[in-house]
Amino acid sequence: MFEPAVGSAVEAAIPLLLTGWIEYILENPDQFAVMLREHLQMVVIGVTAAIAVAVPAGIAATRHPTVGSAVMNMGAIAQTVPPLGVIALTFAFLGVGPRPAILALFLYGLLPILKNTVAGIQNVESAQVEAGRGMGMTSLQRLWRIELPLALPVIIAGIRTTIVLSVGIAYLGAFIGAGGLGQWIILGQQRYANEILLAGAIPGAILVILLDQAFGWLGARIGPTESSADDRTQTTVA
Amino acid sequence: MVSLVETVEWMGANSDVLVRQSIQHLSIALTALVIGIVLWVPTGVLVRNNERVSQVLLGASGIVLTIPSLALLPLLIPFFGIGEAPAIVALVLYSALPIMRNTVVGIAETDGAMKEAGRGLGLTDRQLLVRVQLPMAYPVIMAGIRQATVLLIAITTVAAYFGAGGLGRSIFAGIRLANADQIIGATIVLSALAIVLDYGLATTVRLLPNSEVIDT
Repeated sequence: MFEPAVGSAVEAAIPLLLTGWIEYILENPDQFAVMLREHLQMVVIGVTAAIAVAVPAGIAATRHPTVGSAVMNMGAIAQTVPPLGVIALTFAFLGVGPRPAILALFLYGLLPILKNTVAGIQNVESAQVEAGRGMGMTSLQRLWRIELPLALPVIIAGIRTTIVLSVGIAYLGAFIGAGGLGQWIILGQQRYANEILLAGAIPGAILVILLDQAFGWLGARIGPTESSADDRTQTTVA
Repeated sequence: MVSLVETVEWMGANSDVLVRQSIQHLSIALTALVIGIVLWVPTGVLVRNNERVSQVLLGASGIVLTIPSLALLPLLIPFFGIGEAPAIVALVLYSALPIMRNTVVGIAETDGAMKEAGRGLGLTDRQLLVRVQLPMAYPVIMAGIRQATVLLIAITTVAAYFGAGGLGRSIFAGIRLANADQIIGATIVLSALAIVLDYGLATTVRLLPNSEVIDT
């Protein structure tokens, strides 16, 4: 299908090798739309569930530090299990379809949000919490009006990590019949068709870069706090 | 349904395959890791004082890191074909951010008083780097290398789909055959590899005097 790149022709061949994918998407717009919707559905449901569990759990962990650090250590070990392993495991227990994929996304997404919620709340200066106490705020009011707003940029950084990770894991969902953009990767691989592979790969890569930038922008807009448990030395990818 | 006894039996019956795939897995991931260390630690050292260049490099490698492995690997197929070569190229690219960033941050965070003491002893910039800053940055750099290791072990699994060997083959075969024992068995071995490597690398920091393992 493609001329092999030889010697000085390599440079000329690079654009040639990466062509055809836009045409393929334009020829199959309905299928593309369905896959994109399936992909985003997995991400939105998985991430929403992870936020709903991990933020309250993170708050609880700051109230009970011993239990909290035990949970975090276990989570850190669990996170060394590769995403493909997690998605294969959820498939082994729940079978084919989007449900096991969403469960895998949810499980994998918990730790970054949990960790950043804890770090964000712990980073709030005690003087600010004390000021709230001096004003007669209850501990719930201090949490709601002081600690959470100040921790928000850090929590959003955790959600950002989880979203980036989830778009990647949702790709792997195609292997267990959950749909999503990974389907074209599988199809392209089966047919040795680069344009189908790229039609599946490039939109996802663009999507994840845009989401990452958007959340980076959002985090920077929301508060003055720059520090994040993730930004400096944390790394995750699916 | 799933039973741990049957999983262990499966692992016993297929131990030769699991061992062979573990070796393949480690050979791919560790080759990329070594190339990554050789490439990105010196790069981090070189750009440490140049804010602009280091921002650009770290920004670019941050973008690479966000790209899903199942999307990046196909992008490399037109250039490198299938098999181990594109897998290793992708892994080296993925290792850039954790290793380079931690090198830059680790050196930047060297205690100022230590640097002054070194200068007072008459060390040149180069000597200061090699004898003071790099040893002090070692725990931070190693934290980045550990993150890269866990990451590369994970991505190598996906690379099995594109003709690279390793434990990913057992996992994909397990999914295809809906064989829970195969999936669980291979995932146990895979996770054990990642945890043992991570712990082993942390130990190299623990053995040094006055060094604390940095967990992120």
